[in-house]
This record gives sequence, C-alpha cells and structure tokens, in this order.
Amino acid sequence: MRSWLIWLPLALFLAFFGLFASGLLHPDDRIIPSKLVGKPLPAFALPAAASDRPPLASTQLATGGPRLLNIFASWCVPCAAEAPQLMVLKQAGIEIDGIAIRDARPDVDAFLKRYGNPYARIGLDARSEVQIAMGSSGVPESFIIDSKGRIAYQHVGDIRVEDVPMILDRLRNAQ
Amino acid sequence: MRGLLALLALLLSVPVLAQTALPPAPYADRQIDDPALEKKARTLMETIRCLTCQSQSIADSNASMAADLRSQIRERIMAGEQPEHIRAWLIERYGDWVSYEPTAEPILWPLWAAPLLFLGLGMMLLRGRIKRRRLP
Repeated sequence: MRSWLIWLPLALFLAFFGLFASGLLHPDDRIIPSKLVGKPLPAFALPAAASDRPPLASTQLATGGPRLLNIFASWCVPCAAEAPQLMVLKQAGIEIDGIAIRDARPDVDAFLKRYGNPYARIGLDARSEVQIAMGSSGVPESFIIDSKGRIAYQHVGDIRVEDVPMILDRLRNAQ
Repeated sequence: MRGLLALLALLLSVPVLAQTALPPAPYADRQIDDPALEKKARTLMETIRCLTCQSQSIADSNASMAADLRSQIRERIMAGEQPEHIRAWLIERYGDWVSYEPTAEPILWPLWAAPLLFLGLGMMLLRGRIKRRRLP
C-alpha cells in the first residue's frame, strides 16, 4: 500500500503539469459557431438601414442564391477593416446583402460613404433580434446562404484579404 | 510629469469601441412591473451566458448584445413564454454553451455521478479507519 502511495504526488504533479502545458500550447478559441449552419435562415423582415438601399427580408434570400449576408455595424472597427474585401467580392459578381446591428440611418450612411457600399440591400436590426435569431455572436460576421435559403457557412470575424479566395470557393460550392 | 499623467490616463481608460450610440432596448435595464414575472425573467437571465463577454451572465453584463437579449427575454416572458422554452430556443442557436444550467447530456454524466463517487470513497476510507481502531 505505502510503496505505491509515495508516487502519488509525483503522478499528480505530472498530470497537472501536462494539463496546464496543453492549455498554454493550445488555448481555447473563443468562437461560438451558430448551430443554424445547414439549416434554413430564420424568417425576418427588416426596415431599410441606409437612405439609398432597399430594406431586407429573409424571403429575398430564400431563392436565387448563393449569396453573402454580411452582419456589420457603423460603430464596429473590424467592419471598416473588412470593407475593402467586401468590395473585392462584389466586383467578383457576388451579391452581398447587409444587416446593420444597433445602428441609426445617418451613421450607416456616413459609414458607407467613408468605406464604400458593397451592399444590394441593407436591413436595420436595431435591437439585435435577427442577429440573435441567427445564432450570431458579434459583428462582423458573414453568412453564405445557398440557393435554397439555407445557411451554408458562417464566417466569424472580419473577412481578411487571405480569406477572400476561400469565401469565393465556398460561394461557388453552395448551390 | 505630463507624460506620466498621459500614461496613467491611458491605463485607466476603458475601451469604448464596441459600444453603440443607440439607447438601450426598452426592457434591457427596466424590470417587469409584475414581480413574479420579473423573478422568472431574472432567474433565466442569470443562467444565460453573455456572448460577447464570455465569462458573465447576461444579467451581469453591460455589453449591448446582452442588454438586447435581456430586453428580449423580459418581453417574451411578459408575452407568456416559459423560461425553459426561451432557453431551448437559445440552445438551438448557440448550443449548450449559452446556458449555465448543466444538462443531462452523456458528457455531463461524470459530473452528476461525482457526488455519489466521492461519498462512496469517503465511506470506504471511514470503514478502513474504524476497522483498524477496533482491532487492538
């Protein structure tokens, strides 16, 4: 009994050391993916968020895809960083619709004037209701909606330059 | 001195980047008039995790998204929805992650079994000691 018990502290030490080392080397990512990927887009109808773009309803996204649905806000800094990449995607012939979270029309107008407007339609989600219904946990996020109106892919965070080919690829595959 | 002050100001400043100019949703920081309903909403909000500040419940968080979710929960409770239905609706979207309430999923069985396991272990240890004491 005693002979093996003497090794217990060392064994515990090694076990905890391993646990902490693995936690340090592979930190948790903080991304919470939406469970609605692969499922139909929830129904919504939002008022227009910008003066020169029509409003957005889920029925408009249900057919004729694949499309890109971008969740952004005029007060969100990474959204401004993402704007050039959205422009590239638009020039590649992708139809991009936007949802502005907790925003006001003058702010959205100013944001689009400053950073460019890649959107065909923009809906205003003043109280994050559609965002929560979609299982999105922040701005910016982009959703690829396939031709049947299902969410094919969720991109959490801003689309970086190096993400553009992957997004185009996924859009092509999301028929 | 001025440099030190500037540094101090920088250290004490709070990031404001992720906040909006929009006023909070109507029931974000306002209680429901009916105390029974407010209690229901409150109990649920304390066990729903904030999505932007991940170690807080939405009841404790100042994030704008948590405020919107608080308001949504209060309004849905006022409309007669049951708290567990709202929890299920959220889990459908964000996974078990969003709820602080432990579920009965197989992955949590060890957690539920732990008290019994430790109680059994304690009994065994106790039995060993009592026996040894009786012997001499």
